[in-house]
Amino acid sequence: MAAIEILGLEKTYNVGFWRKKPKCALRPLHLAVEEGEIFGFLGPNGAGKTTTLKLLMGLVYPTGGSARILGMEINDPRMKAQIGFLPEQPYFYDYLTARELLEYYGQLSGVAAKERSRKVEAVLARVGLPDVGGVQLRKFSKGMLQRVGIAQAILHDPRLVFFDEPMSGLDPMGRREVRDLMEQLKLEGKTVFFSTHILSDAEALCDRVAIIHLGELRGVGRVADLTASVHGKVELVWEGTAVPAALRALGGECHVTGDTVRAVLPEASQDAAIDALRREHLRLVSVIPVRTSLEDYFVQKLQPAGAVAGARS
Amino acid sequence: MNGRIVHIASNTFREAVRDRVLYNLIAFALLMSGAAILIGQISINIERLVVINLGLTAVSLFGIVIAIFIGIGLVSKEIEKRTLYTVLSRPVRRWEFIVGKFFGLACTLVVNTVFMAIGVFGALLYVSHHFQTADGWVLVALYFIILQFLIITSLALLFSSFSSPLLAAVFAFSLFVIGTFAEDLRGFAALTQGFTRWLATGAAYIVPNFSALNVISSVAHQQPVAGQLIFYNTCYALIYTAMALCGAVLIFEHRNLK
Repeated sequence: MAAIEILGLEKTYNVGFWRKKPKCALRPLHLAVEEGEIFGFLGPNGAGKTTTLKLLMGLVYPTGGSARILGMEINDPRMKAQIGFLPEQPYFYDYLTARELLEYYGQLSGVAAKERSRKVEAVLARVGLPDVGGVQLRKFSKGMLQRVGIAQAILHDPRLVFFDEPMSGLDPMGRREVRDLMEQLKLEGKTVFFSTHILSDAEALCDRVAIIHLGELRGVGRVADLTASVHGKVELVWEGTAVPAALRALGGECHVTGDTVRAVLPEASQDAAIDALRREHLRLVSVIPVRTSLEDYFVQKLQPAGAVAGARS
Repeated sequence: MNGRIVHIASNTFREAVRDRVLYNLIAFALLMSGAAILIGQISINIERLVVINLGLTAVSLFGIVIAIFIGIGLVSKEIEKRTLYTVLSRPVRRWEFIVGKFFGLACTLVVNTVFMAIGVFGALLYVSHHFQTADGWVLVALYFIILQFLIITSLALLFSSFSSPLLAAVFAFSLFVIGTFAEDLRGFAALTQGFTRWLATGAAYIVPNFSALNVISSVAHQQPVAGQLIFYNTCYALIYTAMALCGAVLIFEHRNLK
């Protein structure tokens, strides 16, 4: 059974005060996330990531389509008892201490009274806040609030966790700890669905990713499969400072460094480039394929369809 | 009562206490002690009347101000600060949230009123040195004031569920003022004809009838309050509050939390 099944979910807002105009925040989205995987939901700011999460949390209502989480409808309280959610830039009741806040959320999630205190202390320790449980949240830094946000999302031991920009506001150490936490959650058999625009995090963590832009799904799959679909590049290094005209014509970037030249070309031009170097009697030093990153795929998917076709031709 | 409603209500109560809402009691205590001392010196034989009138009016006004200014932020503040997201993503239904918020503020107002009532009786004891049997009716007047608080809290919550805090405060306060003169509005309706009569009668019955819930003057004159009035007022306040809460729930259930 898929942990999340999204069937044509879409959202259009009516904006404006007098003559309202429809603004499409999410075009019909079809997506399935399997149980036990870490799934990255990627896109630039304003792409529709948070709208999708709000739709799944029942905070906004869809204009069309439907979704099922853990096999249940999105507003089913039985389902909500089994999920955790960290909103983007979370803000909590700042008159409460971290411990009181987590106790409150534990009550709302139905955590048994006798287990609650133990779970609160354990989760505070897990997110690196074991000594500040008694401090009011108004005294917390942004990074500490983010940690509290993560704590409240995993407090009740949910099967599925939704994180909206979980690394936001965290320093490099904090980001690493959150990455480790997500991996631990996966090892515990939980499903993690997180949105981000930090591609290195997604590349390091995710089993699969989806890319969304302007409310439209642009691609979904395993990181390796997605990056393999991007037209590869190759790096050629040769001795000397000359760049043959025929090689220039192939398009690509050439950099002269000391007595060597480095050129990065499309993989398809590799043979033609080597032939051009031989004709000029230039000594080839190395030919190295350039690893395609998720960022390359992401940038390609964010370009308008015409631009991509133009780049390929 | 549903456990989640109790938890939301107790958190709302805790918020009010920690936001120093009950500090108004200090102002009230100063007012009552100052008034008691002053009235004791300048009034002849009407000390009780003045203390009861002043005390109960102050209880009512302090409570109404708290009910409106906290009530209007109960929902909108949670949406604005996005604290609602982590509540509604749990097994909490939207109606439970609204009802929990209502009970939390209602509880705050009741506790506040109890402390203020102690102040009123303290001032009464100070000026007359003993209690009389008729002073028991002051408790009925306080009970009616609490019923007013329930109505105004539910209305503030209703307006808060669809408008900005400022507009919600204007709506709620306007209804309080109009409702205070509801009997006059009904009298006016009886004097008019045709469409105006229909309109005025409709308006008179839609606005909360706070004038029926105001027995401060008669209690101050040591007049008893009929049991029938207590029963009718209780039913009226509970039904009106329930209807306003249903309205708030209906609006909130369909609202997109952007």
